[in-house]
Amino acid sequence: MWDEKETDRKLCIICSKGTLDMAYPGLVLANAALMEGIDVTIFFTFWGLDMITKREMSNLKFTPIGNPHKMNFGNRTIGIPNAVAGFPGMTNMATSMIKKEMDKLEFPEIPEFLEMITDAGGKLYACRLSTDMFQLHEEDLYEGVEGIVGATDFMELSEDAQIIFI
Amino acid sequence: MTSREIAGKTIEFDEDGFLANPQDWDKDVAQELAHEVGIDELTASHWQVIEFSRSDFDERGEAPTLRRLKVAAGVPTKDLYELFPKKPAKKIAYVSGLGKPHGCI
Repeated sequence: MWDEKETDRKLCIICSKGTLDMAYPGLVLANAALMEGIDVTIFFTFWGLDMITKREMSNLKFTPIGNPHKMNFGNRTIGIPNAVAGFPGMTNMATSMIKKEMDKLEFPEIPEFLEMITDAGGKLYACRLSTDMFQLHEEDLYEGVEGIVGATDFMELSEDAQIIFI
Repeated sequence: MTSREIAGKTIEFDEDGFLANPQDWDKDVAQELAHEVGIDELTASHWQVIEFSRSDFDERGEAPTLRRLKVAAGVPTKDLYELFPKKPAKKIAYVSGLGKPHGCI
């Protein structure tokens, strides 16, 4: 019996990091919430702006530096000691490994994921303080972004919403 | 596990409220399940999604994610949300007679 209730739940996700591994959690949660009929707003601030900056969004990286996780993929362990992780090319290598694993799970790349989210009705906003700091303008941002707003506007947008900070 | 009569057939539902046996499903059942989720009339576009979901389930053993419906079946995300509003992935699996979907995307 279909007993799913419609919801008036609202979710605001603040994305403040621009590394590949910190970009996905926010987008996965946003997309999952939309699939559940929840109203979703994402606010991109500081390094999180890379996720919606045209020239960066397809090139987010993962670095193993300072990450004690051994990168166990099933039986394969690709532990990279910190002393080695800083060598040239290591970030690109680790990034392509993560991307390969994400692709196996049929996860979209960041721009496609953002498109899925906006197509599903999710709203994207850039933080004014951060765009000012990085000297970014609306034309530098992914076209699905609704606008650049300040922190007080965010308070209005997030009224009655549950907030997740990433 | 509960059972109910739908389109003249006794159909079992699992603990999540989804069809327990995909083989109990037929087009008349789909039409009634669609009514339950608030869809009055299944159009050709609905059927395209349902038929892809059924065949994808046969092949892969799980209901397709919305991303898969977009990439492999070619149905844009916007259309999926219009055809099966509010909870597209769950509604598609429900009307297609498949179990509760577990995919994250």
